[in-house]
Amino acid sequence: MEKRLSRYIWKHTRAQQLWILLVVAVSMIPYFLSFDLPKQIVNGPIQGDGFDRPDATQTFMNINFDLPYIGNVELFSGLELTRMQMLFGLSLVFLVLVIINGLFKFYINTYKGRLGERLLRRIRFELVDRILRFPPTQFKRMKGAEVSSMVKDEVEPLGGFTGDAFVSPALLGGQALTALFFIFMQNVWLGLIAGVMVGVQAVIIPRMRRRLLVLGRERQITARELAGRVSEIVDGIGTIHAYDTSNFERADIAARLGRIFKIRYDLYQWKFLVKFINNFLAQLTPFLFYCIGGYLALQGQLDIGQLIAVISAYKDLPGPLKDLIDWDQTRQDVQVKYVQVVEQFSAEQIIDSKIQALSSDTAPMPAPLAAVNLTLADDSGARLIERVSVQIKHGETVAIIGGAGAGGDVLAEAFARLIWPESGKVTAGGEDILDLPESVVGRGLTYVSSDAYFFYGTLGENLLYGLKHAPLSERSYSGADATQRKWDVNEARLAGNPDYDTKADWIDYRAASATGADDIFPSLLEVLDTVQLSKDILDLALRTVIDPADHPELAAGIVEMRHALRDELEEAGLSGLVVPFEPGAYNIEATVGENLLFGTAVGPALAGKALGKNAYFRSVVGQSGLDRVLFDMGYSIAENAVELFADLPPDHPFFQQLTFMSADDLPYYQATLQKLKGRGYDAASEDERSSIIRLSALYVEPRHRFGLLTRELMEKIVDVRHQFYDGMPEELKGAIERYDPERYVASASLMDNVLFGRISQKHADGSKRIRSIVSSLLNTLGLLEQVLRIGGDFNVGAGGKRLTAVQRQKLNLARALVRGSEYYVFNRPLPGLDHRLQDEIVRDVMKLLRRNGREPALIWVLSNTGLSHLFDRVLVFDRGQLVEDGTPDTLAEKSGVFKELVSS
Amino acid sequence: MGTHMLLKDEVQMLRRVPLFAGVEPGKLKLLAFTSDRVSYDVGEALFQQGDAGDAAYVVLDGKADILVDTSSGPIKVAEVEKNSIVGEIAILCDVSRTATVKTTTSLEALRIRKDHFLKLLTDFPEITIEIMRVLADRLSHTTSELSEARSRARNPDQD
Repeated sequence: MEKRLSRYIWKHTRAQQLWILLVVAVSMIPYFLSFDLPKQIVNGPIQGDGFDRPDATQTFMNINFDLPYIGNVELFSGLELTRMQMLFGLSLVFLVLVIINGLFKFYINTYKGRLGERLLRRIRFELVDRILRFPPTQFKRMKGAEVSSMVKDEVEPLGGFTGDAFVSPALLGGQALTALFFIFMQNVWLGLIAGVMVGVQAVIIPRMRRRLLVLGRERQITARELAGRVSEIVDGIGTIHAYDTSNFERADIAARLGRIFKIRYDLYQWKFLVKFINNFLAQLTPFLFYCIGGYLALQGQLDIGQLIAVISAYKDLPGPLKDLIDWDQTRQDVQVKYVQVVEQFSAEQIIDSKIQALSSDTAPMPAPLAAVNLTLADDSGARLIERVSVQIKHGETVAIIGGAGAGGDVLAEAFARLIWPESGKVTAGGEDILDLPESVVGRGLTYVSSDAYFFYGTLGENLLYGLKHAPLSERSYSGADATQRKWDVNEARLAGNPDYDTKADWIDYRAASATGADDIFPSLLEVLDTVQLSKDILDLALRTVIDPADHPELAAGIVEMRHALRDELEEAGLSGLVVPFEPGAYNIEATVGENLLFGTAVGPALAGKALGKNAYFRSVVGQSGLDRVLFDMGYSIAENAVELFADLPPDHPFFQQLTFMSADDLPYYQATLQKLKGRGYDAASEDERSSIIRLSALYVEPRHRFGLLTRELMEKIVDVRHQFYDGMPEELKGAIERYDPERYVASASLMDNVLFGRISQKHADGSKRIRSIVSSLLNTLGLLEQVLRIGGDFNVGAGGKRLTAVQRQKLNLARALVRGSEYYVFNRPLPGLDHRLQDEIVRDVMKLLRRNGREPALIWVLSNTGLSHLFDRVLVFDRGQLVEDGTPDTLAEKSGVFKELVSS
Repeated sequence: MGTHMLLKDEVQMLRRVPLFAGVEPGKLKLLAFTSDRVSYDVGEALFQQGDAGDAAYVVLDGKADILVDTSSGPIKVAEVEKNSIVGEIAILCDVSRTATVKTTTSLEALRIRKDHFLKLLTDFPEITIEIMRVLADRLSHTTSELSEARSRARNPDQD
């Protein structure tokens, strides 16, 4: 990028700058004309110069030129007008000039604005483009938030300046000179006064503003650092909490804000001081005009019209002058900003843009992959591996093992171009991989390490992320969309941006062994099964609440599936595993409250605490006498709870089991029990009644096992349920969604809709078993794909933080396995998984990569050395050296490092 | 439907478990309340070797085998009897399950979650001592088996 902003702007907007300068020059003509007009109006029709007699006339709008060689050319001979007609005529001309000037201004401002925005777009793109091409070491010293604040905020004023870079000095200078020239024309002495004052302003003010520039630069840097610190706090929040350093962070932020405040306050003080002096100097000139000009007019050496014209012309001088000085200030300011940003974005070894050129067809990565005399060093210069030479042939499976810091993992990083050689090189087919296009290396070699990064978006998008190399099929547009697309492409080109269509299909289906969006699912499922993530995704999906209107087919399928599930359970002898909701029966595994209400509240009228206060609900329960029964039941529950838990401290883990009250509620119930002493419903106050009835509403007999639910009570509850629905007033019908075996419950999760009942407490791992039955049933009914797609729509959050660490590692591996590559480099991708799972996944991954007769090379840096016997060849690293290389069997026979590592 | 067991019945069963013999009935009721009652069919696994240990099990009724995976397939190393505790090692030592436990009859158990179990040990020394006794018993058993195996390995021709 150019060192000077003005040169950068000139390079990219030369033609437009020249055009706008021309327009500005043309706009000067009506501008100058409009200066002379007030004098003509005042001196002519108003004061009566040339209208000595009442019927005298003058020529209006005579247009003629004296051209050299041709002589006088008269375009319009003019009209003869009286004094009054002349006044209106000239005033109308004035109005027309005002409009013309306004239109010029409008055009110029719009044009400049567009010019500036295009340049801003260009700069921002160029900066991000550079980030994408930085060498890996650059990122060790960068704070993401600082860089993004540079791209977003710090270059912003550059765009605003662009339009003014050349136009403003021309326009404002022209205006100021015009005004000055005009004053000179009227009176040389007054012109001289104005000229001297302008000179004083032009010298003093920029000098005073130098300090403003220094402060501005400081403000920029401190604000950028603040952005960096805030994002550090967000990223490191776990560490801050863990070490109780939140107040240290507070102190740091407060200190920074204090510095920023001081800088900004200094800025204000200077800014307004400069403004004050500038204004004073500007107002000093008219003072001199009134004083001296008035004296001259009274002496008769200056006519009043002239004086008014001078003063009126002067009115137009301070404005442009002030703007000119402001422009100069802005120029210096943005120059400083530009230099700062360009410095931050310059790197010695920036990747050539040709290497990252867009390419939609893939050349295979040449074989073999080799490290040639490779030496790698860390940031401090310490050698990580030294002079390692190794060749990996097509189709080979290679395990890399070694202790911590042995160097195998950095070799893998070098294969992935994450660390650049200190000396030696990594080659593919004899060519340095850093010289090969990324479209070859980035597709031919798939790398996975344990630090997975996920982009904000859905799980599905992240899974397919590794396939988005180029827009593979053009998207066709029609109508307004086509116009928009055309505009997008055109504007992108004008700002030097690429015009790739983000809405096009970027997914390289062929690389995922599919032909399109319709048939990619089986291969994705295969990958998800391999890394054992499909179960997690299914669980995510089953916990999702979907709107049946959006997925009518699925909702209908789920309702149908309820019957199939019953049959399936019956067949497996597990019919007791789920107790279904039946409109005419009590569900023993659901709470008493759920059995009574038999639906989900969807409006505020019957939700939560409002239910107990709802008049209709109360009247139904009260008339049936159920309230008294539930009160007695709640009383027994309270007694049991107090007996069990009274002695335990409130933070005791056993309280988790107490689902119907919290540890904090216990003293209240203890006191209430003591007060009531078994005197029953009538002795209790309104509040006590509802708090005790609340306990029974949450009671589940098989879970709490207090033995309080009799057959009669269950029948009564079902009875009251019917009464509640039968007599329900119209206005409440929208507030509750009644359980209906034949309808999808919109407010419940997919799983709850499948089960349409409660899982029995009695069976061990009941929910685990039911999940596997549900999953296989979804598969046989052909609903699995739709359900998994819903799971795939799960938003993984910033950096994938909404997934567990294990899920992230699995997704990270899955994202790599989706891609078809010639080389797979796995650098301890699954450290968080237990050994059994690691073992299974490694075996399954090896099987998956060899499906359909493919033979990619696999390089796996193992954290579990016991798995090395699965590979053709083992590379053993020790202290930065490749110490052993051979088949696992031959290495096991030697008594070397391998034997030591595997046996330990 | 009304066949599920009530808290008071469970307390009676727990009292017959040697581990809890010295614990007063009030505390046993609390233990029963905070644990999950689970039942297994024949051939079901309570847990698999290599899983993370998240609970201990008190077998109230039924039998199970303790199996360890080896390169030549699973080997049965012991049997779990009625009124005994199983799965406590993974909780106490914070390691993954060292063996698989598979039922040989239908089995009724009380599943005590890890944090509850640890709390139980700190709150009731009598349970802790009993657990120590069980572990020490197993250790002496294992030691004698080991020395037997070693002596066999030293004099292979005698076998």
